[in-house]
Amino acid sequence: MLDSEVPATTKNSSVISEADSQRTLYPYVTGTSVVGIKYKDGILMAADMGGSYGSTLQYKGVERMKPVGKHSLIGASGELSDFQEILRYLDELILYDNLWDDGNSLGPKEFNPLWNSLVLGGVKNGQKYLGTVNMIGVHYEDNHVATGFGNHLARPILRDEWHENLSFEDGVKLLEKCMRVLLYRDRSAVNKLQATKITEEGVTISQPYALKTSWNLAAFKNPTVGAEGPW
Amino acid sequence: MSKAAIEGPPKGGFSFDLCRRNEMLVQKGLNAPSFLKTGTTIVGLVFQDGVILGADTRATEGPIVADKNCEKIHYIAPNIYCCGAGTAADTEAVTDMVSSQLTLHRHHTGRESRVVTALTLLKSHLFSYQGYVSAALVLGGVDFTGPHLHTIYPHGSTDTLPFATMGSGSLAAMAVFESKYREGLTRDEGVQLVAEAISSGIFNDLGSGSNVDICVLTKGHKEYLRNHLQPNPRTYISEKGYSFSKKTEVLLTKITPLRDSIHIIEGGDEMEE
Repeated sequence: MLDSEVPATTKNSSVISEADSQRTLYPYVTGTSVVGIKYKDGILMAADMGGSYGSTLQYKGVERMKPVGKHSLIGASGELSDFQEILRYLDELILYDNLWDDGNSLGPKEFNPLWNSLVLGGVKNGQKYLGTVNMIGVHYEDNHVATGFGNHLARPILRDEWHENLSFEDGVKLLEKCMRVLLYRDRSAVNKLQATKITEEGVTISQPYALKTSWNLAAFKNPTVGAEGPW
Repeated sequence: MSKAAIEGPPKGGFSFDLCRRNEMLVQKGLNAPSFLKTGTTIVGLVFQDGVILGADTRATEGPIVADKNCEKIHYIAPNIYCCGAGTAADTEAVTDMVSSQLTLHRHHTGRESRVVTALTLLKSHLFSYQGYVSAALVLGGVDFTGPHLHTIYPHGSTDTLPFATMGSGSLAAMAVFESKYREGLTRDEGVQLVAEAISSGIFNDLGSGSNVDICVLTKGHKEYLRNHLQPNPRTYISEKGYSFSKKTEVLLTKITPLRDSIHIIEGGDEMEE
């Protein structure tokens, strides 16, 4: 069990004194990408609410973003049970700013991983932090981060269109653009997503909502017009 | 034409004869040579009058850039072009082969080639090699039935799409297409969008780079814009240039004509049959 006298900003692995039963080697229930950007007043993050069981989209109401303390937010993709365990640790330790280092300390000594990629954001004293950690402990901080498929699909868009001092509406529109592309092209995405906002005042998580998508390009309706043969 | 007896369908497909020998060599310590691949971004899109194809120009050999400005948009017919990703030799050979087959077919039928003909020839060839011919293609063209755009995967399956991307940079390029494509684009908007998609691949994917090639195909007209965009110029060029020291000095230049040893005989015998 965790030692309650352990200081809040610890980085070493004495936090975990329990003998580890074997951790996740194959993720079972997983969440897909999380995308986060810095905007004028703080951090914006979006994630859909799907939990896939292998190739089945089993859970459609999974909240993959949770506030930690008053000023920070953690969003996760990957194995959902490991995410819940991370949240339990964090609740016990009541962390503020060094969240990503603790993500690291839970990392592999002999590849016994918590199978997650995390996005962590927080605003404190006017400073905006937005960082990401993945399962093997790679972590960095940037103006826009994404996990999983979001790295390949969303970051090119963000690299082109992000700029300092995005307003709230523009930031949300940009995030929705990324989430829409992910919805079209990631097979484990669902059209029910939450967006969250972190500012000096605190963390706000929106109600789940759906994006408008358009699947009715004429060329999709009748792809082989004039070229019968190719299917 | 041939006098041999008909032996049944020709035996094609991959010959696995050398595989065991190759495995034995690798076990004995031979470093198998790596392929020249085109880790790539290739895209195509259909606009209101035709098809636009785009490609980057980097060819890689493992982690090294082998060719900084190669051509990935291959000619198949005057009205049909094909972008290729995967092993460079495979895409070149397969497109050349289909191109020559189509030329013969055009002479035989006296008509302009159709895109579906090229499609069928390519996909049946790739399928018979069960994916070992590592060529992923974006085929586009305009024939009398209209503009067509197809993707062909190494195992031989195809898709017919209004916009398509292939290669290692396909996700970055698809992100651009999915957010910005709409029907009824004009030529300039289409070229702009294709250039943006390829640039997204160039800057966000390590396997793609250098310049943007574009090919615009419309009814009866094609425009091959080689190096339409060059977003990666060489930043530092020494002004001094290069000078190579002369090892030997040239003393004298003399031209000696060869002696003329052909005599023309009048009234000789004609050559025998």
